[in-house]
Amino acid sequence: MTIQFLGKSLKNPMVLASGVLGNSHDILERVHKKGCGLVTMKSIGPEPRDGHKNPTVIDLGCGMINAVGLPTPGYLNMENEWNDLEKRDFPLIASVYGGSVREYQMVAEFVSSKKPDFIEINISCPNSEKHGMIFGVNPQSSHDVVSAVKNVIKVPLIAKLSPQALDIGEIAMACEDAGADAICAINTVGPGMVIDIESQMPVLAFKKGGLSGPMIKPVAVRCVFDIYKAVKIPIIGLGGITNGKDAIEIIMAGASLVGIGSAVKYGGINVFQKVTDQMDIWLRDHDLSYEDIIGAAHRKG
Amino acid sequence: MNTITDQKHIMLRVEKKVIENQTHATLFFAQELSFKPGQFIMVWIPGVDEKPYTISFHSKERFSITIEAKGIFSKHAIALGKGDLVGIRGPFGNGFDVKPDEQVAVVAGGCGMAPLAPLVEKLNENTTLIHGARTKDHILYPDRFNIQKLFCTDDGSLGKKGFVTQVLEQQIASGKHFDRVYTCGPEIMMYHVFKICETNNISCQVSLERYMRCGFGVCGACVCGSRVVCKDGPVFGSTALREMKDFNTKALLKSGKEVDLSQYFSWRCK
Repeated sequence: MTIQFLGKSLKNPMVLASGVLGNSHDILERVHKKGCGLVTMKSIGPEPRDGHKNPTVIDLGCGMINAVGLPTPGYLNMENEWNDLEKRDFPLIASVYGGSVREYQMVAEFVSSKKPDFIEINISCPNSEKHGMIFGVNPQSSHDVVSAVKNVIKVPLIAKLSPQALDIGEIAMACEDAGADAICAINTVGPGMVIDIESQMPVLAFKKGGLSGPMIKPVAVRCVFDIYKAVKIPIIGLGGITNGKDAIEIIMAGASLVGIGSAVKYGGINVFQKVTDQMDIWLRDHDLSYEDIIGAAHRKG
Repeated sequence: MNTITDQKHIMLRVEKKVIENQTHATLFFAQELSFKPGQFIMVWIPGVDEKPYTISFHSKERFSITIEAKGIFSKHAIALGKGDLVGIRGPFGNGFDVKPDEQVAVVAGGCGMAPLAPLVEKLNENTTLIHGARTKDHILYPDRFNIQKLFCTDDGSLGKKGFVTQVLEQQIASGKHFDRVYTCGPEIMMYHVFKICETNNISCQVSLERYMRCGFGVCGACVCGSRVVCKDGPVFGSTALREMKDFNTKALLKSGKEVDLSQYFSWRCK
């Protein structure tokens, strides 16, 4: 199944979520070769940043909690990676973040010159006080960031949204109005907290962290449903997708592409091909096409 | 009793501490663990940090980790004593491929002896152990194994004065046959061991180290070329090593910045 997305041809609708395995050209290439249509780099920020101390990622069985804390070499310190990525033969999303509208703009403009296929702006990370989510929970600040970035980049813009917004449809509308070409939803849920009762301490060094994996899938499906109702631009749906039926479900809510992150823990790098194959089988068995089912839950409901 | 899974951490109290020398100590935990030599666990000291450690001893009733006091975390870890509480996740990673019938050499540099120790105990009695360290005092578990042991030290205080690579080459030159070499130690040492193996057509398995976060192949902090050290490794065989261009050349800092290995290790040892 070949998919057209914002003028690019993708070998399947699977997307590697930002923050998962996106640390180098070689690993992104491997994820693509193993069956992922579109891969996303780890979020790139304005200044070098180490992220939080460990523990940063804990598996809870029903999903994960993480507060990695937006580590980044800083957009000006990635020349080797950009040189490798320039020669790539796979479609790429570069994710960017900042601590102010000006920083988002500065990072995105530079990153745009390195010619990724798409730029995703992360206005939804819960793991830093100053970056990310603070911009994405308010329609006005979302609009400000998207329009500022849109003005300075030469590739399509994807806005990555947080489920913490009071009305995620309204945020998506603000992003669309500001010139976003697509929406990616959702980032992690929460933040939540896990306390170890023996040491009587929060387990994550940052104390709180974003939830992901199977436990958040119903939140993701609802968010994508609300966004589909609110905007006309395409949606990358993600949050707890681990198999073909999950993917079908979020597509029926309105997603055109399907992201996977935490499920790499459960299914390894082959999970993208596995989910694609399971989707193909389900569609064939039901005599339906991929296009038929996008947003189907809106028409049947 | 709690069982360890690779999901949630469990809290364990240190059962006992054995001081190996002035910079190394071994912490024992009375806990059953499903384990293969070469695998590692994530060790959390509440309020300090969480780091990967390979298992240095394993039986049905207990396991241990051996710590070299080097950085902030390991200095905290080595100060732990009986009854202190730590969190454990794992085991993670692939572990060594153990072929009990082969004629093998195990080549250890410094604290690299730790992951190799439970491996040696799974191998046959014809195994050759080559262990190098700074001084005689830094040789780990000198009396633990009942096999041929060839030591070397930087100062000549035990065994040959020189490197493990020289000892390995001498063994091969003297006609000793090895089907396989297992190695762990400084990456430059492992690289040269691998090169010797390539020249002599010996298959080789090395245990790599990179900065880690999740331990289960998701976050990408520990990528080495196209491989994720925590899940695809930490043990890599000759086929993978031949195409791994970051082996002995590059690693990522905590920020994700790619740097030369020397810069990486000077940061890691802080």
